Amino acid sequence: MKLDTAKILQKRKKQILELWMKNQLVDFSLREDLMSNEELTVQSEELVDVLLQALSDVNLDDIHSIALTPVHEALEGISISRAKQGYSPRETGTFVFSLKDALLSILQQEIKNDPVQLLEESLKISKLIDSLGIVTFETFIKGREEVILRQTDEIAEISTPVIRVWDGVVAMPIIGTLDSARTQVVMESLLQEIVDTSSNIAILDISGVPAVDSLVAQHLIKTVSATRLMGAECIISGIRPEIAQTIVHLGIDLSGIITKATLASALRHAYSLLQLEVRKSAVK
Amino acid sequence: MIVLSSDNIRIAKELDMVLFRNRLKEYAVKIGMGLVNQTKLITAASELSRNMLRYAGEGTALIEIVNGQRQNGVRVTFSDKGPGISNIEQAMKDGFSTGKSLGLGLPGAKRLVSEFDIKSTVGKGTTITITKWKNG
Ligand SMILES: Nc1ncnc2c1ncn2[C@@H]1O[C@H](COP(=O)(O)OP(=O)(O)OP(=O)(O)O)[C@@H](O)[C@H]1O
Ligand SMILES: [Mg+2]
Repeated sequence: MKLDTAKILQKRKKQILELWMKNQLVDFSLREDLMSNEELTVQSEELVDVLLQALSDVNLDDIHSIALTPVHEALEGISISRAKQGYSPRETGTFVFSLKDALLSILQQEIKNDPVQLLEESLKISKLIDSLGIVTFETFIKGREEVILRQTDEIAEISTPVIRVWDGVVAMPIIGTLDSARTQVVMESLLQEIVDTSSNIAILDISGVPAVDSLVAQHLIKTVSATRLMGAECIISGIRPEIAQTIVHLGIDLSGIITKATLASALRHAYSLLQLEVRKSAVK
Repeated sequence: MIVLSSDNIRIAKELDMVLFRNRLKEYAVKIGMGLVNQTKLITAASELSRNMLRYAGEGTALIEIVNGQRQNGVRVTFSDKGPGISNIEQAMKDGFSTGKSLGLGLPGAKRLVSEFDIKSTVGKGTTITITKWKNG
């Protein structure tokens, strides 16, 4: 006789959910500060719904089936939001794994007369939930990474200082990626500083920019043009060897721009433009 | 060719690109790729992922470590279900752009990597596969 596990579980949906909720609520790590019990119930119910729905369409053996896509999506949504709300991995993991306990106890009640079947079906359920656990962790970490990236972004935003390195010379070190929004900030503060300090040379240092693709290059070219429109000269420094080679292969033409390998050589160039000379003082 | 490990990343917004580039760098570092090749690979990948965002709205990037005849490499497959490219030969030319841009993304990416393969069907989407060998 072939057993239809999906049907059995579908029939006992209410009990599964109750049991799962009970499992979650007794867990000492439950974070009522982050989510109310009602919200948790809604989230749990949603997941049980899509899971049981998917199980009726899918062969339990096949944990890679596309019928599981809605389950993965629901789980991804839940774990991303948990990562952003500040849940720990343990809390998020418990959420998924405590469902296993609930499903297994129901199976145990339903197939208690056939230990062989019970074992077989339990193993399948177990494997399925484990695979869901992996999805959960992957997305949880992705959620965390996004939080980190956003923070990095915010830090970058507030730390794009314009430095007066000499009378009439301002420098701006850029750290991190140069996307469109960032370019806007860079350009505005650089141009403002040129006005405020009546400088006629600006140095844009890109030592801290990890890669220069065609978009970043266009942003740099725009910034240089805008500086020139203000009557100042703009030097780009901090072109590392690997960046130089990449720019050449990519085919970007920076020949109209003064570029230097280091901030020091840019500064030296600025001095020569200002007809200044730096010399060792004569020994007395 | 044997695939040693892989990671599939969805790219639907700017932030995903940053995440993707970081992950790609981890893979390149893992096989001991030098800084110059790393930078070339990441820059090519940056162009292709931005094309997906710009012209197809979104897509996925599959990163794999592959085992070639003499050395390991990183292979990235960009797949999107966007409008596709009607004239691939033209799109691969320096300076061709329908987006009023430099038109360097596709030809530049090809020059930066060891192997480059593009398949596109109008109305169906585009798949581009690049491979950068460790010392390639
Ligand atoms: N994934 C894609 N789907 C549809 N069309 C694409 C895709 N990628 C590129 N194209 C087409 O190919 C053209 C050339 O692409 P390429 O990346 O070389 O230049 P670009 O994006 O226009 O400019 P740049 O990359 O220099 O900023 C694009 O203008 C676009 O019409
Ligand atoms: Mg492009």
